[in-house]
Amino acid sequence: MGENIFKIDEREYILPGSRACQGCGLSLAYRHALKALGQNTILTIPASCLTVLHGLYPITSVEIPCLNCTFASTAASASGLVAGLKAIKRTGLTVVAVAGDGGTYDIGIQALSGAAERGTDFIFVCYDNEGYMNTGTQRSSATPPGALTTTTPVLTKLEPKKDMLKIMEAHSLPYIASVNPSYPRDLYEKFTKAKLFKGTRYIQIYAPCPPGWAYLPKDTVKIGRMAVETGICVLFEIENGRFRFTGRSKVLAKKGKRLSVADYLDAQGRFRQMSRDQAVQLQQSVDEKWEEYVRRAVE
Amino acid sequence: MEDKDHHISAMCKPAPGEAGKTGDWRDVRPVINHEKCTPFIKKKPSCFLCWLYCPEGVIRDTIPVQIDLDYCKGCGICAEECPVGAITMVSEGKHDG
Amino acid sequence: MTDNCQILTGNQAAAIGVKLSGVQVVSAYPITPQTSLTETLSQYIEGGELEAEYVRVESEHSAMTVCIAASTVGARVFTSTSSHGLLYMHEQLHWAAGSRLPVVMCCVNRGVGAPWSIFNDQQDSIAQRDTGWIQIYCRDNQEIIDTVIQAYRIAEAVYAPVMVCYDGFVLSHTTMPVEVPDEEAVRAFLPPYKPHTILDPHDPRNINPVIFPWRRMDAEGCLRDGYMELRYKLQKALEEAKPVIADVSRAYGRIFGRDHGGFLWQYRLDDADVILAGMGSIATEATMATDMLRKEGIKAGVLGIRLYRPFPREEIREAIGNIKAKALLIFEKDISYGYEGALCSDVKAALYGSAVQPPIHDFICGLGGRDVKASEIADGVKASLNTVDEGDSRPQTIWLNCRKG
Repeated sequence: MGENIFKIDEREYILPGSRACQGCGLSLAYRHALKALGQNTILTIPASCLTVLHGLYPITSVEIPCLNCTFASTAASASGLVAGLKAIKRTGLTVVAVAGDGGTYDIGIQALSGAAERGTDFIFVCYDNEGYMNTGTQRSSATPPGALTTTTPVLTKLEPKKDMLKIMEAHSLPYIASVNPSYPRDLYEKFTKAKLFKGTRYIQIYAPCPPGWAYLPKDTVKIGRMAVETGICVLFEIENGRFRFTGRSKVLAKKGKRLSVADYLDAQGRFRQMSRDQAVQLQQSVDEKWEEYVRRAVE
Repeated sequence: MEDKDHHISAMCKPAPGEAGKTGDWRDVRPVINHEKCTPFIKKKPSCFLCWLYCPEGVIRDTIPVQIDLDYCKGCGICAEECPVGAITMVSEGKHDG
Repeated sequence: MTDNCQILTGNQAAAIGVKLSGVQVVSAYPITPQTSLTETLSQYIEGGELEAEYVRVESEHSAMTVCIAASTVGARVFTSTSSHGLLYMHEQLHWAAGSRLPVVMCCVNRGVGAPWSIFNDQQDSIAQRDTGWIQIYCRDNQEIIDTVIQAYRIAEAVYAPVMVCYDGFVLSHTTMPVEVPDEEAVRAFLPPYKPHTILDPHDPRNINPVIFPWRRMDAEGCLRDGYMELRYKLQKALEEAKPVIADVSRAYGRIFGRDHGGFLWQYRLDDADVILAGMGSIATEATMATDMLRKEGIKAGVLGIRLYRPFPREEIREAIGNIKAKALLIFEKDISYGYEGALCSDVKAALYGSAVQPPIHDFICGLGGRDVKASEIADGVKASLNTVDEGDSRPQTIWLNCRKG
């Protein structure tokens, strides 16, 4: 099968009838990511929503080989795959680790930092749905301030979101990208490009989650779009230290006007208890981050 | 039916419908009005945003556009994203219990 | 056979064993007293003596993870650790065994905190008893090199991981003369590793996903295992490993001239009135105590336990059943808090229902490196025999060389 009008591979690697929720942002992003990665890929994934999407024994929904690993070990599992393949002299395969924000920002950060520091030749993908969604929406260090979770059920999350992209940048990686399933072509291009680099590459997927974020499944693409329009999620890539905006964020950086984060917050039930102060602070931190990006952007 | 698993560890093979016929999950189904659908009108590959945004990959970018209702979970993204309003979500008319 | 005797520490002996076994991926994290083993391996690999990938991970958890993933791909893997490093791996030990991967690891036995101890006991590996790993305890450096090589043949035959345990410092840092086997002969002894796992883009599999409690049909109509069936297969694999371990020990003996006894070894046991049982270097110490006791006219003998999991129940019953001993004394460097030493419980369970039921005393000794001299073992034996001779056959747990109260 070839590419279609979007210049995206027609082949589906996720078979119909997976266990992912209706309107799952991860499912949409993963669908296009796998198309870009292609068949010669070996995946490793920890306990997460993605484990559920991949399916329960003895059937899997995904037509790419995958090694499941424990929660804290994703990047180390990728290191083992890379070392093992090299040892048995198997070439031409891309090792890709995919973890949620819990498996990346929290429990998986030690193994990820280790693998990145070693320059392990693999792509680490974090799908960030901003909480422990597979266990029913608990707070993670990726949860944005003001969000209700089952472990911040009254006061909402009081702390800012950890800047994982910055942490990964501190590892001097050859390629870092931020993607969003509402912009599949941008996502597809970045995954395709990431394959061309050697060493550790990091891609973070902004992954809207209807049940966890309390919005209707039909609105996943809309929410993702609003995230970019407001600057909550910024589409960019950092190639050997050079930051550039991509896609819609590039347009916004050049001439567009970003929407107020209030529009984004109002669209999701998880922010219903957020205080006015929290919203003001969030707007401020989004603006500051945006300015920082604008200052350093090349082109 | 074979009743012996020769695997010594859990090792899955791919197949459609791992979670069953997920069309059963739907409350509402997408119905396409082809008279409004851009590729159908233009008679050439175009638009196909429903294909692009379907999280399940159950929409085919053919003319006419086809949706695999055996597996479509009824999320409604296609209807929401269709720029010409060619897709409507229609109640399945099923009731719980 | 080539005659190649070298003066080696336990860690050097293990490293040579790994090199001779043609290991393809090594991953480890430094911890005392294991460190010099992995340092030696990095020298071999960087110096071109061993063609292997060395992954210098940031933790033991990652070290075992690398072994799991590389073994799944089809590479022969090795790691080693001690004490807290082993405890930190705990989750991954279960994962390796549940994945049925022939990972081989040296556990250089050391006490566990709190408070910190860098010195030897066997609490670390004993605490991993129920992870599904085969555990073999070595008594000297010769046995270490030989057991590492044997471990690969065992692990790859039964698809279960093997932990080669030996005492920190007592063996790891003590030099002894060791016969180094011929490399070609070892290569012939170890056939190439054939993985049962499939990681192939042309036959994509999802390995170790979530599994239901019940059995489930696959797309081809085969009713596949549920969780419990796979656990039963692991248990069966370890039970069926016993004849393999015995065969490997004998085959190794035929080729290299040293058979360390498979499951058990004996020292002056045939006519013993009192049996001293233990694992690792404490059992070696017990052989010296035996010589002392025999000089004093007490007929002692040693039952060395080499294989701890799978546990050699029948063989222990047989070994003890053949001797009309007055007492069975277990010397062990671990404790199952709130009960007794783990080895003692296992030996008692093995003897349950058998005709021969000697009084059993359990000596908890050498914890955190507390010195255990042969003379102290001998004194303990004499005290126990007095108790038994006075007609008290009740079980006892005795903390040797420990001030109580």
